[in-house]
Amino acid sequence: MAHPTGPNRAWRVLAAAAATLCAAGTVQAQETFKVGIVSFLSGQAAESFGIPAVNGAKVLLEAFNKGAAPAPYNKVGFGGMKLEFVYVDENGGATKQVQELKNLYDREKVDAVVGYVGSGDCLAVAPAAEEMKKFLVLYDCGTPRIFEENKLSYVFRTASHGAMDNVALARYLKAKNVKVDSFNMINQDYAWGQDSKKDFAWSMEKIYPAAKPGEDQLPKFGAGQYGTEISALMAKPADITHSSLWGGDLQAFILQAGPRGLFQKSQVVFSAADHVLPGLGEKMPNGVILGARGAYGLMSPKSALNDWWWDLYGKAYNQYPVQAPYRMVQSLLGLKLAAEKAMAANGGKKPTPEQLAAALRGSEWDSPAGKIRMALGGGHQAIQETAIGRTRYDAGKKMVVLDDIMRFPAECVNPPADMKAEAWIKAGFPGAKGCP
Amino acid sequence: MAALLTILIDGLTYASWLFIVALGLTLVFGVLKILNIAHGSFYALGAYAAASFVGWAASMKWAPGLSLVAMLLAAVAVAAVVAPLTERGLLRFFYGRDEVLLVLVTYAMFLIMEDVTKLVWGANPYYVSEPYALFGNVNIGVQTYVGYDFMLVGLAAVIGVAVWWGLNRTRTGKIVLAVIHSPEVASSMGVNVSRVYMGAFSVGIFLAAIGGAATAPMISVQPGVSVGVIIVSFAVVIIGGLGSIEGAAVGALIVGLARSAAVHLAPVAELFSIYIVMAIVLMFRPEGLFQRIQARKI
Repeated sequence: MAHPTGPNRAWRVLAAAAATLCAAGTVQAQETFKVGIVSFLSGQAAESFGIPAVNGAKVLLEAFNKGAAPAPYNKVGFGGMKLEFVYVDENGGATKQVQELKNLYDREKVDAVVGYVGSGDCLAVAPAAEEMKKFLVLYDCGTPRIFEENKLSYVFRTASHGAMDNVALARYLKAKNVKVDSFNMINQDYAWGQDSKKDFAWSMEKIYPAAKPGEDQLPKFGAGQYGTEISALMAKPADITHSSLWGGDLQAFILQAGPRGLFQKSQVVFSAADHVLPGLGEKMPNGVILGARGAYGLMSPKSALNDWWWDLYGKAYNQYPVQAPYRMVQSLLGLKLAAEKAMAANGGKKPTPEQLAAALRGSEWDSPAGKIRMALGGGHQAIQETAIGRTRYDAGKKMVVLDDIMRFPAECVNPPADMKAEAWIKAGFPGAKGCP
Repeated sequence: MAALLTILIDGLTYASWLFIVALGLTLVFGVLKILNIAHGSFYALGAYAAASFVGWAASMKWAPGLSLVAMLLAAVAVAAVVAPLTERGLLRFFYGRDEVLLVLVTYAMFLIMEDVTKLVWGANPYYVSEPYALFGNVNIGVQTYVGYDFMLVGLAAVIGVAVWWGLNRTRTGKIVLAVIHSPEVASSMGVNVSRVYMGAFSVGIFLAAIGGAATAPMISVQPGVSVGVIIVSFAVVIIGGLGSIEGAAVGALIVGLARSAAVHLAPVAELFSIYIVMAIVLMFRPEGLFQRIQARKI
């Protein structure tokens, strides 16, 4: 058979080349970036943390895939790759989570996992992802230990750890001239509660050296009944009662402690309580000092990005976003920029876990809650600004509002890169900058 | 002295709540020989139903005091509708099978009911705190207690006496005791064993549901409320002896007082206190405090 020659052959070669290019282009356009989203879809943490966070992820996914987010987040999907989320329930304990994480990487073939509210879960899954050399972003859990006790290459946390919340609370009390000769504490008996009470007690030692610690209650997670603990707190009421309770536990504690007068006998301070305000409404006592683990919700800063996010979430769910969806959105915004940076360095192709890690390590980006900087843990742990406020029920608006809001720059309430939180607090916060 | 009084009051109020829930668990085991892992789910169902009924009562402008009636109706509705459906529709097919299989079946029920409650009521919390204020406050020393907590003590006492009376002093109770002793002999004497099983299961579920309904005003009713209660209820019935009403009462008191003493004197040992008491009881009475050693039937 004779080979075609002349113009005829040239056309055929051109047609074949065009077909090949078109095919390659189609593959690239259809390629997806798959993310496993792990949070509590059932159990006690679902209502306050898991479901609001997943709801945040859902509206953001839609906005990303339409290219509807504001610049610099306005490219469709991740750098043109359509984004796909796989949702997994975090309920069931740390052992189950390790297995689920492996399933996400091995069976679902996700490119990254963003997840985990529970500090115990984070401590369990981080080594598993590291061992598998897979990319993992912890978006919510608060225990400082993850990056202080381990050197990790593939694991990141895009929110500040819990030390920030308790340092900020102690600083707020001092800045507002609250008299503190004694303080009681009630925290859940697991990693988050244990770390929170230590951070607060150490901070008080430095900021209020004369204040004496009193009751140190450690109910189990999900206890639900706090009558006995409230009696113990009331038996020796302190000037301050500190707590890092959250979710259903926090709601039950407030509902049970309110009628017994704890909020009148002691100034109660909560480190992570903004999420119960919309539900409790007028059942939330006035004058409670609280944080949100960041400048979130009612304490979020004014910015175009925050306005867009507030509007997007509010229209979809008919309520304002609290801390959990805020942390989810800041995580996904950071991941998007890192993925796009890694793609650019990889010739426009989907990045490997190593390339993703290199792009996110030490990076910074704008979020609705302010600037997020991966400044600690070798560039794997974020710091951010935070805010503390005081509750007041506004009968006109039929909602709890926050007064006396005070903002704390990230460098004021987070340790520097070369220090662990414990050592930093015990040394009297060396290098803290910009404190009000 | 004041500290001792506080420990006793806290222990008693906690024990009352625990007794109401654990009594249903021990009753179901005593009659049907089912270790019902889903008992906590019926407790949660009672709490959700109470939230709905109390909300409905408020919308119908019922007097605030009648919210207690709404809570009772909620528990009755759970016992009258869900219990027979579960027992007739599922559990009866497993009677006489290995007890481990029944544990697995009720565990499956627990998982299913977790999702069903979420499908019906959603993930958002329900608040029904109005009944919590009905009984005012009681000042004892430096403590202010909510009167509702003492109402729970009274409710637990009434329920305990009523169940004991019903079992030991009525004809129906004698029939139930006959079925517990030997379903085969009771059946041959003309007792409708299936009906006894369904009735006992419904009463057990009513007790779980009334426990949940009574707890609803003190908490935010939301997914996950079923988990905590079931574990500590098991500790109570194991200490008291599975299937024993007196055992559930004494077990609840022991757990309540041990926990209360730990919270006041050594908070770090709160959880430990419950299970160390259980371990000590089991060391000397492996069958529980009020369970007689039974000869195995061949």
